[in-house]
Amino acid sequence: MNNLVYCGLKNYLSALNNSEFWHSIEITLVFSVIVVAFHVTIGLMLALVVNRRFVGRTFIRAAFFIPVIMSTVVVGEIWRFMYSNPDGLFNKMLGLFGIAAQPWIQSEKHALVAMIIVTVWRYVGYHMVIYLAALQDIPVDLYENAELAGANAWYKFRCITLPLLSNTTWFLIIISIINTSQVFDQIYVMTQGGPFNSTNVIVYYIYNQAFRLYNLGYASAVAWLMFVIIFALTVLQLRFSRKDQLA
Amino acid sequence: MSGQEGLRVKISKKLNPVNLIFSFVFITLGVVMIVPALWMVSTSFKSEGQIWANPIVWIPKPFTMVNFQNVFSTIPIFRYLLNSLIVAVSITVLQLFFSSLAAYGFARIRFKGSTVLFSLFLGTMMIPQNILIIPLYRIMVAMHLLNTYFSLILPNMVTAFSIFLLRQFFYGIPKELDEAAVLDGCNRIRILFRIIMPLSLPVLSALTIFIFMNSWNDFMWPLISISSDSMRTMQVGLAYFSQGNTTFWGPYMGAATIATIPILIVFLVAQKKFIQGIAMSGIKG
Repeated sequence: MNNLVYCGLKNYLSALNNSEFWHSIEITLVFSVIVVAFHVTIGLMLALVVNRRFVGRTFIRAAFFIPVIMSTVVVGEIWRFMYSNPDGLFNKMLGLFGIAAQPWIQSEKHALVAMIIVTVWRYVGYHMVIYLAALQDIPVDLYENAELAGANAWYKFRCITLPLLSNTTWFLIIISIINTSQVFDQIYVMTQGGPFNSTNVIVYYIYNQAFRLYNLGYASAVAWLMFVIIFALTVLQLRFSRKDQLA
Repeated sequence: MSGQEGLRVKISKKLNPVNLIFSFVFITLGVVMIVPALWMVSTSFKSEGQIWANPIVWIPKPFTMVNFQNVFSTIPIFRYLLNSLIVAVSITVLQLFFSSLAAYGFARIRFKGSTVLFSLFLGTMMIPQNILIIPLYRIMVAMHLLNTYFSLILPNMVTAFSIFLLRQFFYGIPKELDEAAVLDGCNRIRILFRIIMPLSLPVLSALTIFIFMNSWNDFMWPLISISSDSMRTMQVGLAYFSQGNTTFWGPYMGAATIATIPILIVFLVAQKKFIQGIAMSGIKG
């Protein structure tokens, strides 16, 4: 490390010319976009339901939040165990619905899907809680007026709830993209980027280059490229959600 | 009288058939959400034969402690817990302390360049932690601090996020209180610790939970900076323990259960605060 040589843009160019780098970017994007879509839609649906009064509400809030507080390493270990083929709990549960056992994290085709399932399960409670807070801020008289005017439930949802939640939705989409595009812990614990690079997301790729192969310069270049993308997203977030950020 | 009636209406509203169906469906969903956690605890008490039993065994019989004995005899798990506790508590205390000082400065003291400085602090929030890990590693190598508590604590002693959150809150506290305190002969430090901080308990407790949980669950940086077994935090120790080629799921789940207990206790005791805290401060990916 003592004989440092200035090498210009060499590391950046070799990253941009490296198909493995582009592959990482691609699966990170696929992972992020799918996870975020599920987070936001399921989170909203849950919040709408939990927002009404019924027996067991407190339990549900807690139950959906337990995955959020558990560490990713623990979560990763549990799911690695549950994804065992063919006798893991997840496959047995699918068996109840007549779905055949899948190899999940052992197969190139299923591993990313398996990761998506874990992440959706894990953070959906967080999205529910944020939506709940936003729902409770919507003035009740808006709904009362709409009812007086004869609006049905769907109309109320589409013309009152959804527009008034749009700030929150943007906030969640962007924060969720920022967080999920940096997924690392669960990849490390469950698949180590494999099988055949099918879960080699960008942060894992950086880690591997930097701390397993000791290409610190190259890894830094990749990290900067990633930073540019995340920075753009953060700027977007600030534009859309100045109010929500202050909670 | 009317209060009682209101309560009765409330209860009967809660118990109407539609809501009961709701309750049923959603309690089932809630149970599905915690199945992985239950499975972990259940497996940790099972003998090897029951783990893969068909049909699924939910409540192990008999309860066996073999897995925990195995954990205690193969890894220094209490050492891991202690390491995690030392690191998480230090980070929480130090971060609250230093962030409060800085937040007070930004909220109350007008000095040349304070706005620029604050914007710079805010700017660092936009840089994801993972990107800083390579330079951080180089710095720790140069300072000969790798594989010490310091390497885990120092980088987290203060964060722009805590400063930002606290500053927003301090800002909302009326300045007249400060002025009255000055008349009574308080200096700035006393004002901060005797007046501002006690009034900021809601945000401080939310932040405490957030910082503690993130430090307890942190993985990537401890993984990189710690190299000896006795310095590993709980999460890193757990990951190494279960990365062997053979899969002893009983002991792995036992260790995972032990690693989860501290945070779970805090959660169950202070559930409402916990959820509020995380809703207020967000999550780390």
